[in-house]
Amino acid sequence: MTVHQDDIEKLAELARLRIAPEAVAEVTDRIATILGLVDQLQSVDTAAVEPMANPLDAVQRLRSDAVTEDNRRDAFQAIAPAVENGLYLVPKVID
Amino acid sequence: MHDLSVAELAHALRSREFSSTELTRHCLQRIRSLDPQYNSFISVDDAGALAAAANADARLAAGEQGPLLGIPLAHKDIFCTTGLRTSCGSKMLDNFVPPYDATVTRLLRDAGTVLLGKTNMDEFAMGSSSETSFYGSTRNPWDTTRVPGGSSGGSAAAVAARLVPLATGTDTGGSIRQPAAFCGITGLKPTYGRVSRLGMVAYASSLDQGGPMARSAEDCALLLNAIAGLDPLDSTSSAHPVEDYTAQLRQPLTGLRIGLPREYFGEGLDTATGDRIHAALALLEQQGATLVDITLPHTELSIPTYYIIAPAEASTNLSRYDGVRYGYRCEAPRDLHDLYTRSRQEGFGDEVKRRILVGTFALSAGYYDAYYRKAQQVRRLIRQDFLDAFANVDIIAGPTTPGPAFGLGAKTSDPLAMYLEDVYTLAVNLAGLPAMSVPAGQAAGLPVGLQLIGPHFDEARLLNVAHQLQQASDWHRQAPVEASS
Repeated sequence: MTVHQDDIEKLAELARLRIAPEAVAEVTDRIATILGLVDQLQSVDTAAVEPMANPLDAVQRLRSDAVTEDNRRDAFQAIAPAVENGLYLVPKVID
Repeated sequence: MHDLSVAELAHALRSREFSSTELTRHCLQRIRSLDPQYNSFISVDDAGALAAAANADARLAAGEQGPLLGIPLAHKDIFCTTGLRTSCGSKMLDNFVPPYDATVTRLLRDAGTVLLGKTNMDEFAMGSSSETSFYGSTRNPWDTTRVPGGSSGGSAAAVAARLVPLATGTDTGGSIRQPAAFCGITGLKPTYGRVSRLGMVAYASSLDQGGPMARSAEDCALLLNAIAGLDPLDSTSSAHPVEDYTAQLRQPLTGLRIGLPREYFGEGLDTATGDRIHAALALLEQQGATLVDITLPHTELSIPTYYIIAPAEASTNLSRYDGVRYGYRCEAPRDLHDLYTRSRQEGFGDEVKRRILVGTFALSAGYYDAYYRKAQQVRRLIRQDFLDAFANVDIIAGPTTPGPAFGLGAKTSDPLAMYLEDVYTLAVNLAGLPAMSVPAGQAAGLPVGLQLIGPHFDEARLLNVAHQLQQASDWHRQAPVEASS
């Protein structure tokens, strides 16, 4: 797998990261090296192997559908960068 | 005072030899005078610690007898602490003061421990040297030109330097065991799901596990007793019954079968480190254990498997940092897109951004099957290696790291060299197994760690073996020179 600078720029956009133009080449090199390492996996025969998402093969535990938490909106909004009237503020999205 | 074990401290507190307040003042004084050379703490909470100590003294005076009542400790700065900044070593969370406690924090508060402060770490636990912290590198108390290991390097250095008798750490790919080895202390990564992850800032959720870091196996057992167990608020925490982890410590090792994976003793293992490991194994043999050669054939693949699964989960977990609800927000965003990208660009460090990009790649359309799904399949093969081995042996032993602590800056310019440091520890997380690092003496003046790996939920056996080794050796009592002066 080879990666190019425009691939990295696209990934950065997907991840909502911005890479400074002068750093794109270096970041591309480093990501390419890491992807070179993980390419070792392609040589393993896994045709009959079930993917493993949880090391104990645990299944999701369910709880009864009941309200158990207090509403702590004020405490959680007290640490937000910008709030007003109980709402989180962001730059205007629609003109 | 600072050389006493947790059991000895608890006894002294109960018999009024000194109070928790006196002990706490002593530890805070040592942090103030010694920590500038190690940088093992991000935050020290003098006022909170003294209030907790006064409360513990009142409980002791009322006759209460908890094993951790009045004992000072430090949390890795990844565990949420109400009212005390939880930075995760990142600029992104430099201003984050949690409105709630992690379950681990709450359980230890209720047990009457005295929280001295929060320890330094690699940013978002991504690293093996504690050099990616926004708050500067932690230095190894055995040699301050070297790293303490990571990511729980601050906890390891603080315990090694006798600044605090107990600390918490987290281990996603070796982040408790590797710094424990580099700093000459004892650390335990429990079975996945044994300790609640609620309020422990997430890195890779199918691998992350919190655990104890201390000077001895017995002290680790006392801390594990307080934090192990089912948490209804963590849907991946396990309902497997919790044992008293101190109960089996004194069992003899007669008949114990210890597997030595040939992949852990091959090329790449530093000779002097290997010699120390063999000396420790010989001591276990003298106590009646049998050494058995085994193989874990997929060991080498644990590195590429980990470096797909961990970044994939990280890229998902870290998408929550968007500059809207908490954490860092960039100045004067032009629009919403600019708010997201610039807050993340400015708030995250280079290694975190690299892992987010690799994870985004592994999960992106067209590559998911070839990378993420493939890694999950190989992960099952890696776990099967261990399950096959445990059919014939009780535990597995080998080195924790390929060599002793490396120099500050020696591997920062080469991420791959840093990743290879974790070759003996990653597979354990992928398989979800419990494992320890236990001091095994020194090579050229630097500590070496013996790794012990057990079957799922067999923490008690690991602690038993480590304790017996520590009864027959004094490696865990050896302290770096600066701290004992």
